Parts: sequence; structure tokens; C-alpha cells
Amino acid sequence: MIEAVGLTKRYGDKTAVYNLSFQVRPGAVTGFLGPNGSGKSTTMRMILGLDNPTAGHVTIGGYPYRRLPNAPRQVGALLDAKAVHGGRSARNHLLSLAQLSGIPARRVDEVLGVVGLQDVAGRRSKGFSLGMGQRLGIAAALLGDPQVLLFDEPVNGLDPEGILWVRNLMKSLAAEGRTVFVSSHLMSEMALTADHLIVIGRGQLLSDMSVKDFISANSADFARVRTPDTEPQLREKLTSALTEAGGQVLPEQDGALRVTGLPLPRISDIAHDSGVRLWELSPHQASLEEAYMRMTQGAVDYRSVADQKAGLQQPLPPGAQPPMPVPGQGQPGWYAPPPPQQGGQPFPAPQGTPGPYGAPAAPGGQPSPNPYAQPAPQGGAPGGPAAEPPAQPAQPPAQPAAAPAAPATAPATNPTKSEDAR
Amino acid sequence: MSTAAQVVRSEWTKIRSVASTVWTLSLALVVTVALGMLISALAKNEFGGMGVRDRLSFDPTFISFAGTGLGQLAMIVFGVLVVANEYSTGMIRTSLAAVPQRGTFLFSKIAVATVLALVVGMATSVLAFFLGQAMLGDLGASIGDPGVLRAVVGGGLYMTLIAVFSMGVAAMLRSPMLSLAVLMPFFFLISNILANVSATEKIGRFLPDQAGSRVMEVVTPIGDDTPYGPWGGLGIMVLWVIAALAGGYAVLKRRDA
Repeated sequence: MIEAVGLTKRYGDKTAVYNLSFQVRPGAVTGFLGPNGSGKSTTMRMILGLDNPTAGHVTIGGYPYRRLPNAPRQVGALLDAKAVHGGRSARNHLLSLAQLSGIPARRVDEVLGVVGLQDVAGRRSKGFSLGMGQRLGIAAALLGDPQVLLFDEPVNGLDPEGILWVRNLMKSLAAEGRTVFVSSHLMSEMALTADHLIVIGRGQLLSDMSVKDFISANSADFARVRTPDTEPQLREKLTSALTEAGGQVLPEQDGALRVTGLPLPRISDIAHDSGVRLWELSPHQASLEEAYMRMTQGAVDYRSVADQKAGLQQPLPPGAQPPMPVPGQGQPGWYAPPPPQQGGQPFPAPQGTPGPYGAPAAPGGQPSPNPYAQPAPQGGAPGGPAAEPPAQPAQPPAQPAAAPAAPATAPATNPTKSEDAR
Repeated sequence: MSTAAQVVRSEWTKIRSVASTVWTLSLALVVTVALGMLISALAKNEFGGMGVRDRLSFDPTFISFAGTGLGQLAMIVFGVLVVANEYSTGMIRTSLAAVPQRGTFLFSKIAVATVLALVVGMATSVLAFFLGQAMLGDLGASIGDPGVLRAVVGGGLYMTLIAVFSMGVAAMLRSPMLSLAVLMPFFFLISNILANVSATEKIGRFLPDQAGSRVMEVVTPIGDDTPYGPWGGLGIMVLWVIAALAGGYAVLKRRDA
């Protein structure tokens, strides 16, 4: 059992971890999720007594790590797969660690077999791939047959077979009643491995719940309904009919509707009764990855912006159209709105959340081509004023200042600019 | 088994399983002995042309240790790498997670490296003396002459203390490159300049290598006014080493790993 209470770590005026309290229980795999730089590794180092917290404390089995009796036999950790002397062989590396913890040397060959490195045990670890390094680090963590295991990003650099192996290893360690605490920035991986999730962003706790609860709170079935682009009034009509029937309707980026609370056949019947033609009616499930990104996106420290490629691109030939961006792709910071039946956020919003759903979506007027759209004979260009949905519950008020320049316009203006400069 | 014994066993595995140990220590031995022999041979040829004053100051024992100035640089590299490699590789986190008693870890580690440096240092000193005297021929000193045995033992201790001093500095600076960039020019250039320029001479001779190397002298140069004897000089060097180790321990104890 690992218990953190009010854990805070400051480096100068930068706060890496702030007021973090959580418990990691035995008999389960606990996933520790957060974007890069969110304080996962700092927390891990504080658990192991390597870094001293500025405030608060963290204990393992009731003891601070540095006062834990026989610590290396109780706690095993993989912090950094590259933290080995490249000139030392895998076996000697593990042997020195075993001797350091008073573990008999024969255990070294046992763990080498467990992680599948027995054939390269005599080779210098300098030549190891990242995946082999991860296996070596996992072997080091298993040396003392500990009851508490900490793994910092153990699947980085592993091949699919290795990822599956790590996943099963974590589960079997937990099934033996051990405490397993695994950090990752991959929600999809944790959804498959972990029983419990602790999500942090910018060093603060965002969510602490079981994976089952996380899935039911954040991932719900919905139907995507698309009416003909050419007749925006049909969409308004269908929206009100569906709302009347008890469904919840959210407009999507590209003009489709996201409907929850109504089964697909019922949606079809309502559309038929209202005389609305449908171009699409499809079942979907909001992915956990999406839920996680939405949860942490206000707390991401390192975010890419659209590559402007100023002056690097060939000017487009006269009359050619710049490529249109695909909705939801290449638009940093845009995520689909959350499942609406939750009626809000099941978790505290991170600081500085721009919109009501924390999603700095692009303004509604941005042209976003519908993949089903045919060239319209008259008027209704996609995304034109008439195509605006009547009710916009999920439309954020304005584009936040943090969001990058609208990617749709950037490639269009830059070639001309660079041409003018010549 | 006590924690210290565990660290000692582990450190012995670590130190014997990297190539840099063999390279640095054998380089220290070969450079010191070979350069000592070369300079001894040159000194024998020049003895005939020396003045009375130089002949009276002629110290065959000290001449055979003339390679120490260069050979000690390899000892510095050994001492720095033993400690700072833990930081440059990140092993320090794994090590301190296994041994949360940081003082026990650091001093057991340094003890292992010190014993190894002492063995190599003594072998270097003995070899440098006897091969140097062989080069000097009938000008050479005998191990039974007064003060000579002290100089030979002192030479081995000097090499060892240089390595331990480097370990302390590396524990403070926590980076192999930074530690070498500080120690190499200091011992190769700055200390020599400070000790030989008359304005700074009085301070310069209290530097660790200048004070410590006094133990290898048998014949005191004429007009020498150094305020300490051979063992006194080595004592000054020991104080420097203790200060470096205390600094390294304080840094390890206080700072995040």
C-alpha cells in the first residue's frame, strides 16, 4: 500500500507536483496517467525517497521509504530503462544490484529468464535496444521478489509482443496480491492493464477512480446522424424532433449530430415521421483516449502547433486550392465533445480550462468539408451561416488565445506571403 | 549481512565489470613507471655536467617518481569515473533505492575504490622506484637508505589519496565531465604554476598535490623553507581529502538524487 498525503514538490518557482493525495492498494494494477511533464516521474522518485517533497509525505506500508526496513526486498522499481552503465553486461548489472540488496546471485539468472534476456545476459547493455533496456529494468525491479512494484513507462520502446507480456506480467503480479503502480501516458494501454486509474495534469490530481467507473463516466454509446448538407433546415427539424423524444443532441464539428439517449431504430423512425432524409446513421463509442485527452488537454505542457512551413513550400500553381484539413485531425486542441448525458464534468476541471467542456474547439464558421457532401448547386456552402446549428450547447464561446492559428487559413496565406517577399 | 558489506560486494562487482577501471589504473601504472624510467635515464646522463649545488640536491628517489605528475591524471580519471558514472548513467537512483542509507552507500563505494587504488598505487610506486634506480645505475639510491622506504610507501599513498580526493570532488559535482574539467587542469597546470611563482608560492605549497608530493622527497633541496616535513605534507593532503569527502557526503545527503 502506497499512500501519498498532500505531496508537493517545487523546483525553484516551478511547481512539479502540487497537493497530491492518493492511495495505491495491493492486489490491483494502478495506472498513473498524465501528459509528459505532469509530475509522474517526480512522484515516483518521491515515493522511493530519492527526492524530498517540499510539503506533504508519502509512505509505503506506513513507513517513509528511507525508513522502510529491508526496503529493496519490499519495493522494486523501474525508473529509467537507460539508467545502466553501457559497458557492463546485463548479468553483472543485475548481480551488482542483487548484491546491493543482499539477494543471492542465482536469483539473477531467474529474473533474466523471466524477462527473456538469458541469451544476451553476457552482452554489454550499450548495444541493447530500448525494449531490451526495459526488460532489463523490469528484471531489476523483480530481483527482490517485492510486494510493492513501481514501473515508470514500462512499455516505452517495446514491440507488441513485449507490450502484451508486460500487460500480463502486471496483472499476474497484482493477482498475487502485490501492489503494482504503473505510470504511462497511454490511456489505451492503461485501460487494458489497470484496475484503477490515477490521472494527474500539471502535478495535480484530475481523477482517482476504478477503470470501470472511468469508462462508464467517460465513454458512452452515441449515434452519429447526418442530414443532407444541402438542406440545413432539415437538421434543425430533426434536432427539435429528437430533443422532443427525449434524446440529447450535440452538433459535431463537420455538421453531423451526436445523439444519445435514443436507440438507432427510434432515431430512424423519428426522422422518417418528421420527413427528414438521413445521409448517415451510425453507432459509435467515445474512446477512453478521447476522454483522457479531454480531461488533460488543459494541463498539457508541451503542445505542438500547426507546422507553418513558412518559405519552405512551393507556391501553389495559380488557381489551385490549398488542401483542406480533415475535421478533427491536424487541428491541435480539438476533441469531440463529451458524452452529453453526463451533464457536466465527472472530474474537476483543470486550471485555465477555456470552454465549458475544456475543448478549445475551432469557431463554428470554419469551413470543414463533409466527406459526404456533394458540390452544392446553390447557396449552402458547408459551414456557411445558414448551416449553423440552431442550438449550440457545446459551442465554446470563443477560440481561446492559447489555440494556434486556424490551420485552414494558414496554408492558404503563407504561399502568397512568401511570394510577395521575393 | 550488514548493509555496508552488501554495498562493498556490489561495488566490487561494479568496479571489476567495467573496462574503464582496467584502462585508467593500468595507464596510471605504466605512465608513472615509464616516465620515471625515462627521466632517470636522462638524469644519469646529465649528472656529469651538473654544478656542485645541483649535485648536492640530487635526489635519485624523487627523480624516479618524476612520472607521478602525469600518471596521477589517470588516477584522477579513475576516481572521477567510479563516483560520477553513477550520476551520468542514472544508476544512482537504482542504487539509492536499494540502499536508502546514503552515507553507507557513498563511503562503502569509496572504500572499495580506495583499496583498489591503494594496491595499484603501491605497485606503481615500488616499480617506479626500482626500475628508476636501475636506470640511474651507480647514482641510484638503495631501499635501505634513510628515508627511502618512507618515500616509496609515501608515493603509493600519494597516488591513492589523489584518487580519493577526485572521488570526493566527483561526489560534489555529480558529473564526470565537469569533475574532470575542474581536476585535470588544476593538478596539471594551476597547482604547479601557483607553487612555482614566488608571489603565490606560500599558498601554492599548501595545495593537496604540492604538499603530498613532499613525502616522496628524500634529499631536501638547498634553501628550502617549506614549513612542514614529509609526513606533515601528506597530512595536509589528507585534510584536503577529508574536506572533499565531507563535501561529497553533504551534497549526497541533502540533494535530490
